[in-house]
Amino acid sequence: MDPARINRALARLASEIVEENHGIKDLILVGIRRRGVPLANRIADKIAELEGVRPPVGILDITLYRDDLSTVGAKPIVSGTELPGDIEARTIVLIDDVLYTGRTVRAAMDQLIDFGRPRRVQLAVLIDRGNEHRELPIQADYIGKLVPTKKSEIIKVMLTDFDEDEGVVIVERPAAEAAA
Amino acid sequence: MTTFGLKHLLGIRELSPDQIVHLLDTAETFRDISKREIKKVPALRGRTVINLFFEASTRTRTSFEIAAKRLSADAINISVSTSSVAKGETLLDTARNLQAMAPDCIVIRHSSAGAPYHLARACDAAIVNAGDGAHEHPTQALLDALTIREHQGRIDGLKVAIIGDVLHSRVARSNIYLLAKLGATVTVAGPGTLVPAEFGGLIEQGVRLARRVEEAVVDADVVMILRVQRERQTDAFLPSMREYAVHYGLHLNHLDLAAPDAIVMHPGPMNRGIEISSEIADSGRSLILDQVTNGVAVRMAVLYLLAGGVSSGEQSADREVGNGTARNGTVKRQRRKRSLREDL
Repeated sequence: MDPARINRALARLASEIVEENHGIKDLILVGIRRRGVPLANRIADKIAELEGVRPPVGILDITLYRDDLSTVGAKPIVSGTELPGDIEARTIVLIDDVLYTGRTVRAAMDQLIDFGRPRRVQLAVLIDRGNEHRELPIQADYIGKLVPTKKSEIIKVMLTDFDEDEGVVIVERPAAEAAA
Repeated sequence: MTTFGLKHLLGIRELSPDQIVHLLDTAETFRDISKREIKKVPALRGRTVINLFFEASTRTRTSFEIAAKRLSADAINISVSTSSVAKGETLLDTARNLQAMAPDCIVIRHSSAGAPYHLARACDAAIVNAGDGAHEHPTQALLDALTIREHQGRIDGLKVAIIGDVLHSRVARSNIYLLAKLGATVTVAGPGTLVPAEFGGLIEQGVRLARRVEEAVVDADVVMILRVQRERQTDAFLPSMREYAVHYGLHLNHLDLAAPDAIVMHPGPMNRGIEISSEIADSGRSLILDQVTNGVAVRMAVLYLLAGGVSSGEQSADREVGNGTARNGTVKRQRRKRSLREDL
């Protein structure tokens, strides 16, 4: 997936979000760290082009809400969570780069609910790796691209905000890691 | 990927500058949790933290307890007056008994220097030193550093004056190690009996000694005042508290000599009118309550990093990025899936 296609997918996600919610009233986009954050900002920019108003964008860091802390990291890096104001009775669109097991989204929802009671929570992802990998009953409302993959593969999303290149590729998981 | 690589937090002296900065960065993000309506995250759910206090403490013990609870850990407090130590049990036996209850972390304060090291050898749990005799009090130094960084924006290159009973102060020792490691210049001042002449070089290279407060605070960006530990003044180190207040108590006019934006810190509990005047303690220059707030954040970071993760990788398995080669879509699978893959 090259930069132009990422851009088109995000434009489509933006218009789907606006259409589904009949505008952007009470809408907050929330990116999940790390790569969900620039995606949320890009979608917000595209919504601004469509509607003339840019919806507020928040950031969730789910490190402290993970269910696999013991297997995550000897030097976990906890970055902050920043939400733009009260989420009570608002419509939240969670945004992430890849939907795989669904555990990241579970953690994000748990954290979100600690901040208040949104009226509705939706999920937008750039890449959906397919239902068969899901370990929780979680599906995306907006999908940039459905890419069925094997467990032994990794979807690598590169965005210029963090990476040299921009694009999406499938890579083989290193053998040692796959065996573990 | 570097690892935090620390099982216990026994002293600042053993930490690398990178580890200190990582602890401070983590603490900074934990500070926000205490500002939320629901001041709790599930990070340490199901873990047990024992606060084992052989010395009186309200602030530090409460701070550790709140930190553990805000991370969803179960916190148990044991203080010496209620423990079996009063019945004659040794530290090692106490440790073995606690270990048998499988805690994930033991926070210990003890009047003997080295007690936490002793405990670390006897227990599998992560040990956090919450003050051992006149040796170290690492979380105090970390919360002081967090407070300095918050207000001065950096630590490297700052001038820090530490005033008071350096001899008996674990707070001073831990702070001197930390500040020197992160590039600050430290000057200590106090009565000759409490700041022996050979002290500076002994503790850390580059620590300067000043005889008078007026000398130590010149151009200082940070003035750290130590508590006069009246409970340790048994050997007539000081002629009288009044004399100490006159010569080593910090007054507003001292700050005229310091940098214009100098901040004042005190580890508490304060002896008002002795080491610190009320006009300073209650002024905008004093960050004593900020220190307390930062104490919870620092202790959350310490508990999280010690009792939390054990392997490697910043992101989860479903988000991590490997070093394999890009695929070309030759894997045989359903037509629909295959076409999706190929036009990726």
